Amino acid sequence: MKQKKPLAENGMLIAILSSVLSIIVGLVFGAILLLILNPAKAGIGISAMLTTGISSLDQFGKVLYQSAPLMLCGLSVGFAFKTGLFNIGASGQYTMGAFFALVGAIQFQLPWFLCLLMACIGGAIWGIFPGLFKALFNVNEVITSIMFNWICMFLVNLLFANMPTMLASAWGASNSDRSAALAKANPGAIIPKAGLDKMFGNSSWINISFFIAILVAILVWFILNKTIFGYELKACGLNKDASIYAGINANRNIVLSMIIAGALSGLGGGLYYLAGTIQYVMEKSILSMGFNGIPVALLANSNPIGTIFSSLFISYIQVGGSAMQPNFSSESIDIIIAVIIYLAAFSLLIRGILTKILSGNKKKEVKA
Amino acid sequence: MAQDYVIEMLHITKEFPGIKANDDITLQLKRGEIHALLGENGAGKSTLMSVLFGLYQAEQGTIKKDGKEVQIKDPNDANRLGIGMVHQHFKLVECFSVLDNIILGVEDTKNGFLQYASARKKVMDLSERYGLKVDPDAIVSDISVGMQQRVEILKMLYRDNEVLIFDEPTAVLTPQEIDELMEIMRGFRKEGKSILFITHKLAEIMAVADRCSVLRKGKYIGTVDIANTTKEELSRMMVGRDVQLEVQKKESKPGETILAVRDLTVPSRTHNNNAVKNVSFDVRAGEIVCIAGIEGNGQTELIYGITGLEKITGGTVTLNGKDITHASIRERSKAGMSHIPEDRHKHGLVLDYPLEANMVLQRYWDPKFQNKGIIKYGEVRKYANRLIEQFDVRSGQGPITIARSMSGGNQQKAIIAREIDKDPQLLVAVQPTRGLDVGAIEYIHSQLVAQRDAGKAVLLVSLELDEVMKLPDRILVMYEGEIVGEFNPKETTVEELGLYMAGAKKQS
Repeated sequence: MKQKKPLAENGMLIAILSSVLSIIVGLVFGAILLLILNPAKAGIGISAMLTTGISSLDQFGKVLYQSAPLMLCGLSVGFAFKTGLFNIGASGQYTMGAFFALVGAIQFQLPWFLCLLMACIGGAIWGIFPGLFKALFNVNEVITSIMFNWICMFLVNLLFANMPTMLASAWGASNSDRSAALAKANPGAIIPKAGLDKMFGNSSWINISFFIAILVAILVWFILNKTIFGYELKACGLNKDASIYAGINANRNIVLSMIIAGALSGLGGGLYYLAGTIQYVMEKSILSMGFNGIPVALLANSNPIGTIFSSLFISYIQVGGSAMQPNFSSESIDIIIAVIIYLAAFSLLIRGILTKILSGNKKKEVKA
Repeated sequence: MAQDYVIEMLHITKEFPGIKANDDITLQLKRGEIHALLGENGAGKSTLMSVLFGLYQAEQGTIKKDGKEVQIKDPNDANRLGIGMVHQHFKLVECFSVLDNIILGVEDTKNGFLQYASARKKVMDLSERYGLKVDPDAIVSDISVGMQQRVEILKMLYRDNEVLIFDEPTAVLTPQEIDELMEIMRGFRKEGKSILFITHKLAEIMAVADRCSVLRKGKYIGTVDIANTTKEELSRMMVGRDVQLEVQKKESKPGETILAVRDLTVPSRTHNNNAVKNVSFDVRAGEIVCIAGIEGNGQTELIYGITGLEKITGGTVTLNGKDITHASIRERSKAGMSHIPEDRHKHGLVLDYPLEANMVLQRYWDPKFQNKGIIKYGEVRKYANRLIEQFDVRSGQGPITIARSMSGGNQQKAIIAREIDKDPQLLVAVQPTRGLDVGAIEYIHSQLVAQRDAGKAVLLVSLELDEVMKLPDRILVMYEGEIVGEFNPKETTVEELGLYMAGAKKQS
């Protein structure tokens, strides 16, 4: 008899295996969709989706750049999830974080790191409301945070419209439907590239945001696993009654957890919009970045370190997707990306099946 | 023809993933006998009965009815064969009348209309014949638990069942109701009906059964005639070793008052009235005080009020001279209160945390286990290992075992280890032996007595009359949120307690 640990009991391995499997299933479905939508160009489409991210240093830089806000939204959702909360409001917190960061950058002419702090504060403020409603009135955080996504979007539009200095038109550009370009308004608020742009073949995307996000992921992992604060938060998430019995102030932890989750999403918004390459455009629909944090967190099983990799994957697929134009319309690309992401989020289901199959095999071995 | 068996279950094997719940079990029920099925929790009694009632299919083995092999695929098959079952948790429609519940599923109809008159007549006839007093028009949610059980029994009789299965029927009854039930069962025997009586209470078996089959860990141990056996013999068969049925303890030497409860009033979560009404009592150092009563008479809320899980609306709670009426749970814990909760899965453990994290659930904030908010995992591991050894907590992987994967007895041992090692002034233990096997009960009782002898005040809540009579130094009986009597266990009887528990008597 081998003394190896049975596969079915190796939780870590199964978690990784199921994530990889669900990614493959998602990619296969994506490929089938491509074949249906445009059979002639399907081959080009698939190869664009799969290889663009590593086709050039510039594109790879874009993958890293986009993965930072994704990672933070994923951390936000995952962190709340560990506390037993489903933070579907990451999008609103992300938007509010972006707004605060831009106000810091343009209105107050702050340097980039203070703008990032502003982003955290903005997101935290937006996270506090669902937390308070849950703790004080036991209102489901899913409902409040969805409503706060919409409130945030329209509130930010309203505020931009009433802050003339924030708009591009105040800084020499003609359009007034978006925030000012940071290169003109406040170059000091642009997140430094620290020489990375030279390494990545003069990529316009790359900056240190990816590394900031990784540091935050490690910090979140540390808080959850090494501190009594994390111990309390996880206890609340796993068994609220037992944590109350243990004298933990569950309501306080719910609010704190939402504040931290909000700050994480908000920081994501700051990282994205302070890169200097993107301007905030008045939106008619909720930004998808926060929602994409949900599959990022699910794919990583809410593990902060896993979030680093899952956000890279989703960012990679998105960069690949945008390279599929003009062979595919942007709508069909969105559909394909959505299919891949949503099937990727099936990792929980696949993990259940995997555990079942593996333990089934074990049983058969015993019988034989 | 050697014997007239009405039901024979031969070599039944039923497997669940990872466990053989029934392993080659044979059970033969004679016509017109009361046959007890004895075993600890998890011995496979309920699984075996579920196989007979068609809820599970056995992998191996055959079932014979009147000597003929039968297939029982679902409860309807069982019903057709005349097998009926009173489940431990009643299966009644709460908002229906008693009569509606009895005829539910076998309604007589004429042109699509219910034939109430004939049904009512049959129910009343049965009720009279067997002494099962019920009010056919009462709504089930309004009637007592005892009457609900009679409704369940009438359901079986209404379907002309001749094999009656009772699954732990006495758990929810007062001593007087238990006596009544025994009488009813004897009546069935006289009428030629056969009864399977599932229980783990030895006294009841000795009182009413003809024969008893014993299961242990899914295996069939043997069948004995009650006339030729003793309680000790039965418990040895059930547990597999000699068991100390009596609690060994010396005279208590009560010291000063540790817990003083005055006029405590606690609201109910389920209705608008107070669940606990103006309750006052003391617990002194070196004594075990037991709150006895039928489930749902305010014991849970009383403990919630004392331990701080529920806000109280009136009265005071004093611990060691310190007013803790409005103290937080953490403050109470720091003031010297330990609490072994009623529901170990709901309150006692974070089931998905490893054992070591659960061992420090009440003390993780202690400087011994943390430094500036960072948990000292080395210390936690060391501490958990010490408790595991000292209290003999068994688990698959020691301190890193996920609590959920441990057996109920070991989960409870872990909680008791944690609460006792806090070195409390007051130990509140709510049904500390619920659902545990005899060996674990023995161990927990000895731990509670050891705490008492170490000069701790112990407040026990128990629903098990055996425990109520054996363990405490004083008994307080609770009925409908009030304490209706105080007794010395040496000077009282189960019958006397029963009268108070049922609200028939009250000390002024």
